Amino acid sequence: MSDFSSRGLPTGFVDPSRQSRIPKAERITRSQVAALAGISLAAILFQVYVPRFLTFLAYLELPLLVTVYFSLMRRSPVTGILLGASIGLMQDALTPHQPLGMFGIVKTLVGFFAASFSQRFDLENSAVRLILSCFFFFFHQFFYWVLDRALLGETLSFAPGQTIVLAVLNAVVAVPLFRVLDRLHLG
Amino acid sequence: MDFFLNRYRSLTALLLAILAQLALLSYQIKSNHEVRLIRVWAVTAITPVARLLEGGRGSTVHFFEDYFWLLGVRQQNRQLQSDLDRIKMENQYLRAQLDTADRGRELAIFQAGSPSKTVAARIIGNTNGVGNNVVIIDRGAASGLQNGMAVITPNGIAGKVIDVYPTASYVRLITDPSFAAGVVSQQHHVHGTLRGQGSSTPSVEYIQNEDPVDPGEWFYTSGDDLIFPKGLPVGTVSAVRNGKARKEVALTPSGLVNGLEVVLIVVDGVHQDIPPVAPSGQSVHLQPPASGEPDGPIDTSSNASGPLTTDADRMIDQYRRLGEAQKHVFGERGAGAPNFNAPVPDVISPKDQPSDGKSGHGP
Repeated sequence: MSDFSSRGLPTGFVDPSRQSRIPKAERITRSQVAALAGISLAAILFQVYVPRFLTFLAYLELPLLVTVYFSLMRRSPVTGILLGASIGLMQDALTPHQPLGMFGIVKTLVGFFAASFSQRFDLENSAVRLILSCFFFFFHQFFYWVLDRALLGETLSFAPGQTIVLAVLNAVVAVPLFRVLDRLHLG
Repeated sequence: MDFFLNRYRSLTALLLAILAQLALLSYQIKSNHEVRLIRVWAVTAITPVARLLEGGRGSTVHFFEDYFWLLGVRQQNRQLQSDLDRIKMENQYLRAQLDTADRGRELAIFQAGSPSKTVAARIIGNTNGVGNNVVIIDRGAASGLQNGMAVITPNGIAGKVIDVYPTASYVRLITDPSFAAGVVSQQHHVHGTLRGQGSSTPSVEYIQNEDPVDPGEWFYTSGDDLIFPKGLPVGTVSAVRNGKARKEVALTPSGLVNGLEVVLIVVDGVHQDIPPVAPSGQSVHLQPPASGEPDGPIDTSSNASGPLTTDADRMIDQYRRLGEAQKHVFGERGAGAPNFNAPVPDVISPKDQPSDGKSGHGP
């Protein structure tokens, strides 16, 4: 494994063996849990409340970005799963006429995969953050559409072009948002 | 089993989470029942914060709305204040116009009743200089004016023409230090010389201490100066006292009492007797206009075409008909003056009366 040091990897990739030596999930404190819960709640609240007055911000999937951020920075798939499921279920609960579990399953998957990917990327790089945010937004929307059709039998339309544009917009917001969250040292 | 769970802990957790949520979904879809408890928790967790946010937002919005509304009120108040100022100025202007119209009518009546031939002129400017009381009028040589002509108002003398130009003239007012005119008192017929003092009260000089002059006594022009026709009111004595050799008499001029806007230049003066009694108020009472008659300013130089209700109207009409008979256009440059002693032609019906208003000044 030492032959595959970071020198031999392309930019943005780090040695997974080095990353695995940092068990951040085990070092999470109560204050961090409270802050994590508070930020997640704020993100959901933003999603519910702000588009009422600023409709152009409805495209912003802040709960997803928070899920991605914490899953990436905690680097723990279990934490990502729990966080994704919690945020997703909360979002489901606040969405009228929507069965609980739709957002929950999608965000659980996002949390898991984000945490899994985090072990292979240099997450301090803004370009990596941008690409990952973009990717997970598209994944989230696509998988929600699949679940909606498969489980609920709904005929929800899926526009890839529009989804990509929204993914880019969300990713553009995600980069500075992640920088702000970095300063809170919650990752 | 433990090994499997430890080795694939993440995957196991994922599967459990997914399966649990799938089961939840299946339950909801199959039973068509909502899991109310989770929704209650979620709403309960969100509601207080949302209420706080909404309260803060509402207060902020109301504050800014009120603030900007007050800004609007302030601006509206400023606008209204500006409108009020403008309307006040318009009102003042209209009052001045009305006043001018009254004076014009008064002047026309006086002009028609005076035996002297006069030309109406409007004061269009003042000249600069300390104590220098010279004004500019809008009549000049083209209207028949010459140097030394007397300038009067219905209330008394006002000054004399000192410089004549084709379309304008300078008039030295009786308050100017260089002004002089022969005057005579009404009661005791004491002769003197009116002198301007540079202030609003000219004096009468060259009156011996022995000559009787009473305060409040009227002075009239004596005609000695060959400028002012005899018998025009000059003013009343405001103060009198004996000096070293002669009396010091201060006069309140009657010709300037209402300010100067329109004056009459005596182009052909006629001497009159000194009236035995003091003029009982120089202002002329004017009846309100008849219904239907426009209540606007009357141009003293225009031809009246309405019904001839007063002596002044008849006099103006007579002069107008004289002008028409002699093909004279009043106010035309170099036209001089018509022969006012010529026989008056027959009355022209009101329909035939011209109303082109070409005449620059009334007779």
